[in-house]
Amino acid sequence: MARIQIITILLDLFFVAYISRLIIKGKLREEYAIIWCLCTLVLIIFSLWREGLQVMANLFGVFEPPNLVFTGFIFAILIYLLHLSVIVSKLQNNTRNLSQQISLMKEDIETLKKQIKNDDNSSAN
Amino acid sequence: MSIPVIATMPKKVLIIIPCYNEENSLPLVLTELGNIIMPDDYAMSIAVINDCSKDNTATVAKQYNVILLDLPMNLGIGGAVQTGIKYAMNNNFDIAIQLDGDGQHPPGEIIKLLNAHQSFGADIIIGSRFIDNEGFQSSLVRRMGIRYFYRLNKIFTGNNIFDSTSGFRLLNKRTIAIAANNYPDDYPEPESLVIFAKAGLSIKEVPVNMRARLGGVSSINHSASLFYTLKVSIGMLFSFIRN
Repeated sequence: MARIQIITILLDLFFVAYISRLIIKGKLREEYAIIWCLCTLVLIIFSLWREGLQVMANLFGVFEPPNLVFTGFIFAILIYLLHLSVIVSKLQNNTRNLSQQISLMKEDIETLKKQIKNDDNSSAN
Repeated sequence: MSIPVIATMPKKVLIIIPCYNEENSLPLVLTELGNIIMPDDYAMSIAVINDCSKDNTATVAKQYNVILLDLPMNLGIGGAVQTGIKYAMNNNFDIAIQLDGDGQHPPGEIIKLLNAHQSFGADIIIGSRFIDNEGFQSSLVRRMGIRYFYRLNKIFTGNNIFDSTSGFRLLNKRTIAIAANNYPDDYPEPESLVIFAKAGLSIKEVPVNMRARLGGVSSINHSASLFYTLKVSIGMLFSFIRN
């Protein structure tokens, strides 16, 4: 096994371990971890199966195998970034609704407090 | 015998004032609002929306007889106005009038909007500074932008709105219900007009006088105006496409 293969496999394993740790500690939701696990899996497959890249490149008609890697990963990253933008937009909507609700409820509470105060005053008189 | 009572019941009007760091101009706006003599068939309430100001806007507003809606985080003008609209919907207001907290919109002009609403019966009345070209007219760049939005709005809705960026607007009950559910975040005015037109609401523009702002800074500065134009154009396009 070539040195670079060992290095990649070790790095991949470290990456998987780190992702697992994040999930265990509740810092990463499982659905977002899927894509990272898949990416690591692809990396492990190709570091074990060195000729694989050449085979895939031939299959897609790419002359230089590394170009296939770049194209593939850039595409995957773009899709994932879009996915993240969608999530951020959703979160922004949620926080907007939440803060609007909070401000409306604060106002309700203030009104109720004043009402109670008035009731107390009138019953005391 | 309950029918005459309903007929004479005044219409509930909510003045929505979105504020971000307006402690300097707010007292004048609120004092002027207090001095307005409303027609008998209207009952006015004032809602100040404090969009997480860094100054004492909330404290200033509390000294007046207003409904204070205090946002826990800065939402931008659209989110702030929508808070007021939601309040109007929850509390069964008939009419909501948006008025900027920086003093650009003279409160006395509210009567013009109400009169226009009564005589034209449109769902939305926009207070426009361009029909008569009176009063404060804003900068050249801003005017060019407004011209551009006039064309864009005409393409998307067929309406002739000369001042589609005007934040001085009256919304009736039907419009309140729609805007409470769907209102853009930043620079909401031109885009919301597309949303309203798509919902089949009628829009009417009336001339009002506007002043230069009394304090604070515009939410739109020069470097951001290109981004603003682009963002609003895309927003209008997609509001037009969306059902």
